[in-house]
Amino acid sequence: MEIYILLGFVLILSIYLGLELISKVPSTLHTPLMSGANAISGIALVGALTLTQDTFLQTVIAFLAITFASINVFGGYLVTNRMLSMFKKK
Amino acid sequence: MENFDITLLQNIAYIFAAILFITGIKMLGKEATAQKGNIISAVGMFIAIIVTAINIVNPFVVLGGILLGAFIGSVIAVKVKMTSIPEMVALFNGFGGLATFFIAWSEMSNTNDNLFQYLLVILTIYIGGVTFSGSLIAFGKLSERLKIGKGNLLTNLFISIFYVSLVSILAMLVLPMIGSLPLNFETIFYVYLALVMLGGVGFVLPIGGGDMPVVISLLNSLSGIAAAFAGLILVNNVLIVAGSLVGASGLILTIIMAKAMNRTIGNILFVGYAASAASSSSEQGEVKPINAEDAFLILENASSVLIVPGYGMAVAQAQHVVRELGELLEENGTDVKYGIHPVAGRMPGHMNVLLAEANVSYDLLAEPDDVNPMMDTVDVAIVIGANDVVNPSATEEPGSPIYGMPILEVANARTVFVLKRSMSSGFAGVQNPLFFKENTRMLFGDAKESISGLVSEFKD
Repeated sequence: MEIYILLGFVLILSIYLGLELISKVPSTLHTPLMSGANAISGIALVGALTLTQDTFLQTVIAFLAITFASINVFGGYLVTNRMLSMFKKK
Repeated sequence: MENFDITLLQNIAYIFAAILFITGIKMLGKEATAQKGNIISAVGMFIAIIVTAINIVNPFVVLGGILLGAFIGSVIAVKVKMTSIPEMVALFNGFGGLATFFIAWSEMSNTNDNLFQYLLVILTIYIGGVTFSGSLIAFGKLSERLKIGKGNLLTNLFISIFYVSLVSILAMLVLPMIGSLPLNFETIFYVYLALVMLGGVGFVLPIGGGDMPVVISLLNSLSGIAAAFAGLILVNNVLIVAGSLVGASGLILTIIMAKAMNRTIGNILFVGYAASAASSSSEQGEVKPINAEDAFLILENASSVLIVPGYGMAVAQAQHVVRELGELLEENGTDVKYGIHPVAGRMPGHMNVLLAEANVSYDLLAEPDDVNPMMDTVDVAIVIGANDVVNPSATEEPGSPIYGMPILEVANARTVFVLKRSMSSGFAGVQNPLFFKENTRMLFGDAKESISGLVSEFKD
């Protein structure tokens, strides 16, 4: 149970940090911020990589988790980059 | 001993990855550093993935999955049109949620007697699953493939399933305490999975297109929270940190969007406009149409012009001709600004992305708070396919459903051009008195054609 207290601590601090970091973002950047944050939520890929694959069902589940998380990661970062490269000041 | 070293190395690398995510997302918040920030966060992701892949179980499954996902994701990201960005963000977001849904499902077999772990799994399945199916519905609505809305029988059925799915979380939590079950647990668990998926459909289905900026931000936040919860299940700090950052940023965007509509998040999600739009103003009058030639003559003599784009500009894909018109006006010595309302369009910052694609410099884009005080110095405000965000009822009519919503007060400009396809009311279903004002001229037709008409008048 102790481990959950520790993890809960990390969770709360990270949420607080996130709220502080992003409290003032110009509306110009709302879409790229959302899309960039969305790419970060692809971190689920790291979790998907560690799943046990003892049974056939587990292997299928792990494969699907890895595939969908990878779409999220690669697609998310690429499209955010594409979008941001258009934001220019003349 | 060797195993321990790998875990240690991974955890140290995770700390670095977390630092890169935090730095990256901070830099994403400023125009000048945003692109670099995105790359820094991508580097963090790369590090986290590589060190995790060191001791993977089954390289074939893992590599196959990553390569397939990378291929699909990259193709979509490179090919997607900028006008389709809202639905694509929704789609990617849904896939992230689906991944956490699968992670939690897989970890179900490791919960054994740990009640807290079981609770986390049940919750993560719910958040991840609802994020996925909700995002798919948002994708369908945004890309206009799905045209079912409120009040439909099917919609009501799914809304009921959504409420049932909420209750089913509680049921799943008390289930382990009941001695004898009528069905075996596995069957019940699969029913739960199905309820969660259908519940997500019922969550988003009744919400209308104009409220999508709020929904899409909220789903974005949920996918982050789901990842953070998956981190709790797997005892993995980098998932917790990264997921929380996303959850927090999505939450802030959700709040900003709701504020820009002067509504609570609960009202947007569970009530909608139709219920509150009982008292529609009956004020009518004569609208004054104008043709391109006359509009051109007025624009030619204007010294300051404010362009206010809305969803209609996105639909007509008129952003490029709008930029052309803006440039021609500037060459003519006119001061040109763009007034962008935070909820114009179908996602947060939608108009900004389209104008950026058309090569409009971002320092010309102004928010309502910046342009409203100087509105009476604006000679012509050109409203392109925007409706509710310029509706003066929001400031003038206390009975109006949108009363109190911060708007772009274009009615205070000397002249207002409204580009509109027809006289239908906006998403909120509220009549717009702006169209009947003394200083308003209506330029009917497709936004792109109307603007092109003005552009060619300038070139002649």
